[in-house]
Order: sequence, then C-alpha cells, then structure tokens
Amino acid sequence: MKDWRYWLAEQRGTLLAFAIFIVMFAIYSGNHPAGFTANVVQTAANKGVLLAFVAMAQTLVVITAGIDLSVGMIFTLTNCMASWLVIGTGLETAFGLVAVLGTGLVCGAINGAIVIYGRLQPIVATIATGAVYFGLALLLRPVPGGSVNEDVADFLTGRFFGVVPASLMALFVVVLVVWVPFRRSELGRAAYAAGSSETAAYMSGVPIRRGKFLAYTLAGLLAAIGGLFLTFFTYTGEAAYASGNAYTLFSIAAVVLGGVSLFGGKGSAIGAIFGALAFRTIGDLLFVFDFDPLWQPLFQGIILLIAVSLGAFALFRVRNRLEWFL
Amino acid sequence: MSETTLGGIASRMPKFIRRADPAVATAFACIVILLLLGSLYSRSFLSPEYLLQQLKVASFLGVIATGMMLVILLGQIDLSVPWSVATGAMMACAAAAYGPVGVVIAIPFGVLCGVAIGIVNGVGVAYLRIPSMIITLATNAVAQGLMVVYTGGFSPQDSATAAMRYLATGFTIPGVPNAVIIWALIGAAMVFVLTRTSFGRVVYGIGNRERAAYLSGIDTRRVVLIAFAVSGGLSAFGGVLLAGYASKAAQSMGDAYLLPSIAAVVLGGTSILGGRGSYLGTVAGVILITLLQSILSVMQMPEAGRQIIYGVVIVAMLLLYGRAPASR
Repeated sequence: MKDWRYWLAEQRGTLLAFAIFIVMFAIYSGNHPAGFTANVVQTAANKGVLLAFVAMAQTLVVITAGIDLSVGMIFTLTNCMASWLVIGTGLETAFGLVAVLGTGLVCGAINGAIVIYGRLQPIVATIATGAVYFGLALLLRPVPGGSVNEDVADFLTGRFFGVVPASLMALFVVVLVVWVPFRRSELGRAAYAAGSSETAAYMSGVPIRRGKFLAYTLAGLLAAIGGLFLTFFTYTGEAAYASGNAYTLFSIAAVVLGGVSLFGGKGSAIGAIFGALAFRTIGDLLFVFDFDPLWQPLFQGIILLIAVSLGAFALFRVRNRLEWFL
Repeated sequence: MSETTLGGIASRMPKFIRRADPAVATAFACIVILLLLGSLYSRSFLSPEYLLQQLKVASFLGVIATGMMLVILLGQIDLSVPWSVATGAMMACAAAAYGPVGVVIAIPFGVLCGVAIGIVNGVGVAYLRIPSMIITLATNAVAQGLMVVYTGGFSPQDSATAAMRYLATGFTIPGVPNAVIIWALIGAAMVFVLTRTSFGRVVYGIGNRERAAYLSGIDTRRVVLIAFAVSGGLSAFGGVLLAGYASKAAQSMGDAYLLPSIAAVVLGGTSILGGRGSYLGTVAGVILITLLQSILSVMQMPEAGRQIIYGVVIVAMLLLYGRAPASR
C-alpha cells in the first residue's frame, strides 16, 4: 500500500467529521436570512470554539482510554475566576490570564494524579473532582456577575482584517502550540500507546504514567482556555451547574462525531474540533428553520444518541462473538 | 509466619467479624463517627425522631442507589439517573391530571417511563455494545429534552396524587415512615435476588468476566438489559416518591441524586469495576451520605462548601479502599 493510503486510513474519522461540518455549515449558511457573510461566520465561530476547546480537552483524556467528566466544571470554574481576575491594567490582565490558565493546569493535574497515581476509576474520580471544582466556582460567584478586560475580550472575539474571526485564529494557535507538540512528543505517543493497549505499552517500557498525566494536565489547560473565552464572550462569570454539565456531555458527543475512539488510542483533536463545530452547527440549524427553541435539548440529545450508536456498526465486522466482550 | 499468626488471630474472632468486608466495616465506622461528631454539635442529634427523619430522607436515595448498585455490579454505570428520576416524577404527576383513571395508574406509569429509559440504555449497552457511560449520558440528554418539550421549560403545575404522598410521607406502622418500609422491602428483594437467585449469581459473574459468563451458556445480554431496565425503573420510582414528598415534580430535581447514588454504592465497598459488593455496604453508604448531607446542612454550610466536601470525602474514601490493583 502507498503511504497516502495509510494516511487516509488513519485520518478517516477526522476527514469524515470535516465533511459533516462542511455539509452542515453549507445548509446553515444557505438558509440563514443574512446568507454567508462575515458576521454569520463570526457568530458561528464564537459559539463553536467554546465547545471546540472543551472537546479538545476531552480528546486528550479519551485517547488514553480514560474519560474526564469534570471538563465542563473546570470550564465553569475558570469562567468564574476569569470574571474576577482578567481585568484592570495590562499587567493585571496578563497576571489574570496566567492565573486562570494555571488553575486549569492544576485542576487537570489533580485529576491525573488521582486517576493515575491514586489508581481510581476515571469516571468516579472525575465526577467527584467535578463536584469540587463546581463548589469552588460557586464560592467565587454565588450570583452571576463580574467583568472582564473588554479591550482584550473584543480583540479576541472580533475579526482580523474585517474577515477572519479572531476566535478561530486563537483556536488555530492553540492547536499549533498545544496539540501539535503533544502529538509529536514522546509522551504524546505514550498517551496513545497507553490508550491502545496499556499492557503492551507497559511491557515495551513506554512511559505510560507520565504520558497519561500529561494528557490529563493539558486537558485541564484546554478546558481553562475554553472558560477564558466564555468570559470574553459573555463579559461575566456564572457558576451554572446545567451549563457545565452540558459542556461535558457535548464534549463527549463532539469527540465521538470527530472520530475519536472511546476505547482509546485512536483519533485526533483536529477531528474533535470539527466534531464540535459540526455539533454546534446542527444545534443552530433549528433556529434557521424556525423551530421552537424548546425542542433544542431534545434535538441535541437525539443527535448525541445517534452519534454514539454509530459505533455499533463495528459489530457487523465482528467474526467471533467473543469479541463482543472487550 | 506472619500469615499463620494473622490466621490464628482471625480464627479466634467471632465469625461475623471475620466475614465482614473491610469496606463495609469502614463505612459503618464512619457513620458512628459522624453521629458522635453531630451529637457534639447538637444534643438532638441522637434523638429517635431525628434518626427516623434521617432514615426517611435516606430511603429516597436508598431506592435509587439500589438500581445503581445492580448496574455497577455488572461493571457498568448508569448516568441517566438525574432525568430518570425527573421523568418518573413528572410523568406520574402528569398522569394524575387525567381524571380518576390517571390517578390510579400514576405510579405505575411513572415507573414504566423509567423502565423505558432503562431499556434504551440496556439495548445500547448489551446489544449495540456502546460503553454504558456514553449511552446513559445520551439517554439522559434525550429524557431531558423530552421533559423540557413536555413542560415548556418550567416546573409542571400538576401535583402528586394522594397515594404518592401517602407512600412518601404517611405512616402505616405507627412511628415508622412508609418511605423507610418501602426501602426495606426493595432492599430485601434486592438481597434475595442477588444472593438466592441464579439471576443474582449471573450479575456477579458478568461483573467479574462477561466472556466467561457467556461461555458458561448464559444469555448475558438479556441479563444486562434487565439490570438496566430495573435501574431505570427504580430511579423513576425514587422520583415518584420524591414527588410525593414535595407534592410536585420539578425541573432538575434528579441532579442532586447522581453523584450521591454512585458515591453511596462505591463507598459501601462495591467495586466500580463490577463483580464485588454487598447490599449491606450500599445501605451503609446511603446512610453515610445522608448523614453527611444532614450534618452539613445543620451546620448551615452553603451549597458551594457542600459540593467541595462531598467531592473531597468521596475521593478520600475511595483512596482508602477503592483503588485498583497496582499494574502487574
């Protein structure tokens, strides 16, 4: 087989997510009253990148065959923190940015430490840490409020040269600075190997613990970047339990749509990003077609149900019934 | 050498202590400590009225945790609890609004709606082989969507029937709340099923190794399906009871039950990987969680502090005895 075929086989999930997104977005902008304009793209991008950041965070953990049910709560916590700290003079704002991102890193590292070194199951451990992070968020913002440095916020949520949405550029930069180095590093490979087969990776002397720890920590960082952007869009902080939970849920949907295997070891954050953008666009389609907004949660739930059921097609390839029980 | 001494000491202890699961023993020890701490704070903490009130509050969680335990014993998890609870409550109240027939079928209808959610979960997990964590999150979202469409996003106006209120707040035996009796009955049924029926043995078997259970000629998929249906039904029944307690259903009334129900099961020594655990442990876990909540609210701890303490306590207790074996 030629090299490009291997590449195609490896990137199939990502390409599929990309295709779904393009189709959905074409339908969306085609039916939008304003048509395909810079404004429509900017609004869509601003909504999409929030989920994209959280989905990237989820991807890193899912690749190691784990799951992080606290990403939505880290997102909420950092949103509340940013509404206190990212304000004032340039220096104060910069300090706030560092503090918020640092908090995300610490939250991720705590998850990683509990799961890897404490040897607890990721589901229970991250539900519990999620409760702690939400409690902290509630402590910071018992009622919604706060504000943010509006110059920075407007710069990062506006448009460059009147065309390119700044939030998309930010997403692109984060991919280049966080995801690409991770994917190409030894520890990134270790995270993939641990997700693919932990025993084999361990036997081959791959640093699986450090790889997984890095994945959880970076997931915290990415969720914090998402929380920061939420603050930039809304100018406020709010400790909303429902919204945090929804982001956790949607991040899983986005990851699945993006072709990342929930059993670990397969997929990429790029796919998850397109999965997130596609998921958001599907939700927005309802508005374009004038549905009652009340139907939106049901519609998103059904999309999620269908997305996760797609994985069942792999059952048709099973030759030996014992392969059901992996 | 040390093993024989340990064995020698152990054989001299009474049988029930030797057989006790260290996790269950720890959970009960924690209950005693919490009660002592509480009694230092307030005299009335050890009064029978207060303890019965706590048992009554615990019984709602107990019913829900029973279903969760069945699923966790299989090595799966049911994250659709929040909206199964709310669906059960809302649908029972909704049925009650449809005249005298509706009043009669209110409770079974609410429970059946939960069973339906559980069956979707079960089909997804057992037949489509979707990870339980994922499919139950998805059905939770769908149930939420259905309820939002049904209620229009507000708390429904229908109120609970007299029967629901009687089950949750009445007294059949003087002094013992009905809710506690219901929990006891469901608990006894669960103990019987788990220890005295082949279904129960199969549940433990699947939790240990589904492949082996399948090769022993068991239709493991059917068992998993039934377990999820039971879990959904019990969650909905918990919702029905809660609606009877508050005399109506509310949006997101189930959100407060997901983490506690998982925590109660896991703190009671049931392995989250499945195949190991006893119902006695779950009872201990439920009482432990309820007492913890009660003490925090008596101390007038705000919601934020409660969430933090919850999370920390659960992680800490799991680190004490819920850890997976070291790799190889």
